[in-house]
Amino acid sequence: MKALSRLYIALILFFLYAPVLVMIFFSFNSSSSVWVFEGFSLDWYLSLISNSTMLGALKHTLVIAVLSAVISTVLGTAAAVGIMAIRSKLANKLIMATTNIPMMNADIVTGISLMFLFVFVGKLIGLSESLGFVTVLIAHITFNLPYVILSVLPKLKQTDANLHEAALDLGCTPVKAFFKVILPSISTGIATGMIMAFTLSLDDFVISYFTCGDYQTLPIIIYNMTKKSVTPDTYALSTLIFIVIFLLLIFYNMVSSKAERKAAKRRF
Amino acid sequence: MQTENIVQLKDISVTFDGETVLDNLSLDIKDKEFITFLGPSGCGKTTTLRLIAGFLEPDTGDVIFEGKKINGVPAYKRQVNTIFQRYALFPHLNVYENVAFGLRVKKLPNDQIKEKVTEMLKLVNLSGLEKRSIDTLSGGQQQRVAIARAIANHPKVLLLDEPLAALDLKLRKDMQKELKKIQEQLGITFIFVTHDQEEALTMSDRVVVMDGGKIQQVGTPQDIYNEPQNAFVADFIGESNIVDGVMLKDYYVEFSGAKFDCLDKGFEMNELVDVVVRPEDVDIVPVDKGMLTGVVTSVSFLGVHYEIIVDIGGFKWMIQTTDEHFVDDKVGLYIEPDAIHIMKKSEYSGLYGDYSSYSEEIDHLSDPEEVAE
Repeated sequence: MKALSRLYIALILFFLYAPVLVMIFFSFNSSSSVWVFEGFSLDWYLSLISNSTMLGALKHTLVIAVLSAVISTVLGTAAAVGIMAIRSKLANKLIMATTNIPMMNADIVTGISLMFLFVFVGKLIGLSESLGFVTVLIAHITFNLPYVILSVLPKLKQTDANLHEAALDLGCTPVKAFFKVILPSISTGIATGMIMAFTLSLDDFVISYFTCGDYQTLPIIIYNMTKKSVTPDTYALSTLIFIVIFLLLIFYNMVSSKAERKAAKRRF
Repeated sequence: MQTENIVQLKDISVTFDGETVLDNLSLDIKDKEFITFLGPSGCGKTTTLRLIAGFLEPDTGDVIFEGKKINGVPAYKRQVNTIFQRYALFPHLNVYENVAFGLRVKKLPNDQIKEKVTEMLKLVNLSGLEKRSIDTLSGGQQQRVAIARAIANHPKVLLLDEPLAALDLKLRKDMQKELKKIQEQLGITFIFVTHDQEEALTMSDRVVVMDGGKIQQVGTPQDIYNEPQNAFVADFIGESNIVDGVMLKDYYVEFSGAKFDCLDKGFEMNELVDVVVRPEDVDIVPVDKGMLTGVVTSVSFLGVHYEIIVDIGGFKWMIQTTDEHFVDDKVGLYIEPDAIHIMKKSEYSGLYGDYSSYSEEIDHLSDPEEVAE
C-alpha cells in the first residue's frame, strides 16, 4: 500500500516536472535540434546574452516586476489598514469583494478590458500611442493588489488591537505609532505579499500581451520567438526564468513558515 | 493624603450605537490616591478609564486634568499612561526596548534612557532580563514589563485596566501587594479597574462602585462594605442578606416578622427600607433564645467556616458560622444592633440578597469570566 502511494506520488511529480526537465536538458544541447541531444554546451546561454532584443525584454520585465511589486505593496498595505478600520460589516464585505475581482477574473477578460480602458483614455487625452510602459505597469499593479492585501490583512487581524493604543499612550502620534509598532508586526505579511506580487508580475503573459504596446516583456518576446521557429535559446531563457521563480518560491515559503512558527510560539 | 483633585469628570455621558454606556457621571479623583473602579462587565468602568486616557471622547461633559479641560487633547499629549488588560507589549522589541519605548519617543539621550530603564526594571524586579524577547517571558514577567514601560514615562496618573485578570490566584495576590508598594513609592495617582471586589477592597484608598453607566457609591473600602448605599452595592461587595423592612422609628426596625434595635436614623416613620445583614454577623443560637427562627436547608463546608442556608418564613438567609449544623435542624438567629444596616429603597430593591436559588455551582458558573466591555 505504502509502495503504491509512493509510486503514485512519483508519477504525479514525473508528469508535472518532466516537461521542465526536458526543457532544461535540451537547453544544454550543442546543436539546434530540439529532439536529438548531440552534446553538452552553453552556446544557447551565450547566444542569449548577445541577443539584444532578449536582454531588452528582460530589462523591461524586471523594471515592471520591481516597480509593480513595490507600488502594489505600498498601496495594498495602506488598503489593508483602511479595510481593518472599517466598522460596518456590509461595507467591509463589499470592499473585499471588489478587491478580489482582479484575482478571480479570467486574465483575458482583465487584459482586454484594461486595454480598452487605456486606449479610450489615451484617445481622450489625445495620445497617438496609448499603450506602453505606464499602462503595463498600471495593469500589473492592478492584478498584484489583491494578493498583497490578502497577505497583509491576516497579519493585521492577528495584531493585538491595543498595540496601537499603547504606542499612542507612550507619546507617539498616530502616524509614528503605525511605523514604530504596527508595521514591524505585519512585516512578514508585507514581505510575502511583495514576493508574491514580484513573481506574479514576472511571469504574466496574458494581461501584459494586451496592455504593453511596444514595451514588450520577456514572456511576450518568448511567445513571438516560438511563432517563427523554436530554437534552444528559448529553452535557455525559460530555464533561467524557472530557476529564478523556483528560488523565489523557496524564499517565500521560508519567510511564511518562519512567521507561522513565531506566531505559534506567541500563543504559548 | 493631599486633597487636591488631579482628575475631574463632570456630567459625562457616552453612548455607543444608541446604547448609553455612561450616564451623566461626575467624579473627583484626588492627587496621589489609589482609586478603583469596581463593577460587573459592561458597567462603564473601562469606558471611564479610556476617557481619561484619551482614547475616547465624551458625548457631553468635561474631562479635567489639573484644573484644565482636556477634552480633545489626543492621548499622546496627556500626562497619563495605561497598563492594558493583555499588556500590549511590543512583540518585536525586547524587554529593554519595550521599557525604553516612551523615552525614545521623547528623544532622550541614550545614557539617560539606560539609567531610567535600569531603574525601572529594578523597581519591578526584572533586572538582568533586559535582552530577553517578550515571547520568552511568563505572564507575571510580562505584567512587570508593562508596569515598567508605563511608569518609565513619569505619568502623573497611571491607569490600570484589569491588569491582573490574566494571572493565576497566587500570582495575583503577590502583584496586588507589589502594585500597592509601587504606588506608594512613586507617589502618583493610580486609577485601577477591576471586577474583582476582593482586589478592590485590598488595594484601594477609595472604591467607586459602578453599574449601568452610573456611580452607585464612592467611599473607602470600609464604607463600601459596612455602609452600602443600595442593594446593588451590598450584593456586589461580599455576601449579603437583603430583606424588606419597615423603619418604625429612629433606631428601631421591623423585618421578617420581628422588631430589632439598630443604629440607623433619619428615615420617615414607617418608611419601607432594605435591610442588609452580612452572613458573618448572624449568630446561631438555640431556638428559644433566637430573635428569628428557621430551618437549615443546606450546609457547605468551606474550610474556615460553614456556609449554611436557613429558611425563615420562605426567605433564605445565608449564614457563616464556625459551628457545625445539619440540614433540617431548627435554629434560632441572633443579630446585634450594629450588624443591621438600613438602606433607602432603590431600583435595585428586591433584585438581590435572597439565597433561595443559591448553590455553589450556579455561583461558580455566573462568575464573570472577564471580557472586555
